Amino acid sequence: MQFQLPLFPEQASKVAGQVDAFYLFLVLITTFFSLLIAVLILFFIVKYRQSPDRKAVQIHGSTLLEIVWTVIPLGISMVIFIWGAVLYYHIENPPNNSLEIYGVAKQWMWKFQHPGGQREINSLHVPIGRPVKVTLISQDVIHDFFVPAFRVKQDVLPNRYVYSWFTPTKPGTYHLFCSQYCGTNHSAMIGEVVVMQPEDYAEWLASGKAEGSLASQGEKLFQEFSCTTCHRPDSGARGPNLQGLYGRPVRLTDNRVVVADDNYIRESILSPNAKVVAGFQPIMPTFQGVVSEEGLIQITEYIKHMSQQESEPINNRSTPTEIRDNEVPTIQQELQQQGNTRPANPPEKKK
Amino acid sequence: MSTAVTTVTPVMPAKHYLNDNYGIRSWLLTKDHKRIAILYLVSITFFFFIGGLFAALIRMELLTPQGDLFQSDTYNKLFSMHGINMVFFFLVPSIPATLGNFVLPIMLGARDLAFPKINLLSWYIYIAGALFSLATMVSGGVDTGWTFYTPLSSGFLRTHVVLIAVGVIMAGFSSIFTGLNFIVTVHRMRAPGLTWGRLPLFVWSNYATSLIMVLATPVLAITLTLLALERGFHIGIFDPKLGGDPVLFQHMFWFYSHPAVYIMILPGMGVISELVTCFSRKRVFGYAFVAFSSIAIAVFGFLVWAHHMFVAGVSQYSAMVFSLLSFAVAIPSAVKVFNWTATMYKGSISLETPMLYALGFIGLFTVGGLTGIMLAALGLDVQVHDTYFVIAHFHYVMVGGMVTAYLGGLHFWWPKITGRMYPEAPAKLAALITFIGFNLTFFPQFILGYLGMPRRYHAYPPEFQVLNVLSSAGASVLAVGFLLPAIYFMWSLKYGAIAGDNPWRATGLEWQTTSPPPTHNFHEVPVVTTEPYAYGDEPEVTIVH
Repeated sequence: MQFQLPLFPEQASKVAGQVDAFYLFLVLITTFFSLLIAVLILFFIVKYRQSPDRKAVQIHGSTLLEIVWTVIPLGISMVIFIWGAVLYYHIENPPNNSLEIYGVAKQWMWKFQHPGGQREINSLHVPIGRPVKVTLISQDVIHDFFVPAFRVKQDVLPNRYVYSWFTPTKPGTYHLFCSQYCGTNHSAMIGEVVVMQPEDYAEWLASGKAEGSLASQGEKLFQEFSCTTCHRPDSGARGPNLQGLYGRPVRLTDNRVVVADDNYIRESILSPNAKVVAGFQPIMPTFQGVVSEEGLIQITEYIKHMSQQESEPINNRSTPTEIRDNEVPTIQQELQQQGNTRPANPPEKKK
Repeated sequence: MSTAVTTVTPVMPAKHYLNDNYGIRSWLLTKDHKRIAILYLVSITFFFFIGGLFAALIRMELLTPQGDLFQSDTYNKLFSMHGINMVFFFLVPSIPATLGNFVLPIMLGARDLAFPKINLLSWYIYIAGALFSLATMVSGGVDTGWTFYTPLSSGFLRTHVVLIAVGVIMAGFSSIFTGLNFIVTVHRMRAPGLTWGRLPLFVWSNYATSLIMVLATPVLAITLTLLALERGFHIGIFDPKLGGDPVLFQHMFWFYSHPAVYIMILPGMGVISELVTCFSRKRVFGYAFVAFSSIAIAVFGFLVWAHHMFVAGVSQYSAMVFSLLSFAVAIPSAVKVFNWTATMYKGSISLETPMLYALGFIGLFTVGGLTGIMLAALGLDVQVHDTYFVIAHFHYVMVGGMVTAYLGGLHFWWPKITGRMYPEAPAKLAALITFIGFNLTFFPQFILGYLGMPRRYHAYPPEFQVLNVLSSAGASVLAVGFLLPAIYFMWSLKYGAIAGDNPWRATGLEWQTTSPPPTHNFHEVPVVTTEPYAYGDEPEVTIVH
């Protein structure tokens, strides 16, 4: 047994220092109040020890003191709340310029795909210095993506994409843990996150064998499943045009408006009739059990890619949305008021 | 002026509830709340040691980083059965069903609880549930964790999930019956003169607990029933493959299980109020604030469940609301701690064993509560959620808090229950050993948690070993601290000094009747004329054993 007694995890991401500062502040408060109570108790025990020549002085209480020790802790806890909430908001919302990596969790391994199509299992290579957003989904039960050195943790759910992001700052190899109990080999569902200099990362990417980028693999699947039969840009198409779809609001047959994000696209492939776009018939067959989680990610990436190319104008007669550009701000406002899901990547404003 | 000091030599009453009648039937068919309390005491002690045995095996496995002592599946069963047995078959019934059952009616000046037959029925339902738990253990155990998260539990595990779910539902119903009984008894059966403002704080805290038991426990039954339906008949509720939502399970589970945390701590707080006043010979500081903080905790406790789910994929804004409310529930607990401390001010403090446990409680609960604040703080929870930090936190509250209070209360009322004193010297030693062993076991786990060691890990990276060895060493000390009382309590049944009616010179109606009390508690209905904890007016009595 090697004698190692670390007290702090390594700081390997931009947010780690902020979380540690918050942690130290809370440790200080905890220590202060615990010591306060302990010292008072010990002092009282010594000072007011039972003795034959002294009787207890009966005191009923003091409303003033009660108010003092209600208001002061309340004030302190509000400071903690606000600090914690601000930090949480920062940790939970990936910036738009992130490097996007996709992860699929299953009993009991982690599978990652890089945008260039490189894949890895139980290890994740990332460059330092730029935000990395990991889009995560589980194939079976709930797992949890936890990198202590980055101070990030996110439950990985089946049937729904969730996100974790971080900006690595220090090259090295760090633990990746599954921290949501997931069955027999839960404690073996570990991996490593390798943080590299950007040039090393580029080299690593180049050395990996990839069958083309995620988008191109998605395009292949798109052809393979004959999606193009219906999802075409022309006006006679039986399915909505997917060009420019990603990240835009979509009006449904029941007049609701949803944002076409990763989760919406995934749902529309697996349960096409759940949210049918206004003006179209629910005729698409389900692809449940046909496309793997990796495949779904690739197709989504392809659809996203189509949006970035942006060859067709968004309010073309046959676009899915039937929403004009000038309507978009109002709809977004509406969505916010409803507390509805935010677009994963808000659409960039077009001039 | 000199006070007349009388000297009394305690005697055992000729007729009391223990010798009223004999035989196994007189116990198994009893409607006496005191005997039912003892039935519960024996049953939950059994489960405490079963759960403790599992804990010991867990700590043995974690001595080394490799998972070399048990298979992964066995380890997963160990922590699952540890949690399930400790939470549902020990902690939830611990103080209410034993000390509460025994003392609460006497504190009210009542002859029994409002529904004695339901009280007995509650024990039988508990035992039925316990048999399901035993059957699960004998037939190979269950590896769901005590939280039963879906879709793992509903669609993936091959162990006896439904069997244990039925057991837990039954244990839940037994606590609903206890809660119902307490609520009606407190409302309807108080002695003449015993107004709400004169109720002992132990009664207030058990009343608050009962409200939670009655209102929250049905949700647990619903949740586990839905889980069983999904598992047995593939009705899609939680499993996304069947069209369900796995996070829904967590909402429902914690809607019960967070209030249940207060089921597991409020009665302990009530015990501490009794002990601190008695051994400081003082009125409680701020009676109304201590009493109403129990009710405030019970109410706010229903509004904080999603703080177990900050990283589970809930909306960020709801996470913020639940974080805010979690801070709100911490305030009444803080108020209690300050009031207990203030109660000692200018008291006349003596350090008998129950007081040692009470002081231990205040210290450990303070640490447990403050680390709870850390967990409620959103930005930090991301790092420490589902790590050993959480394990340490809730053991500080559940063991450092509730078990310590339970042991303190057991020592305090032991003379009332049995008519005999426990031996003071070994008892003080046990209290000290428990305190040291407890801190050695669980303090290192805070550090482990912040370092990132996830909970429920069978094997772990080698850099965590030193802290794990410390923790396991502490666990062996803690085991001694828990075994000692079991031994000397048994010993005292035969050899303990005769206690007399009121060995602590405490206020409270339970001390005005004999030790042990007669079957109907009082020979005459007592009349209450003073506030509780009217210390300072009681006659000076020296008790010579």
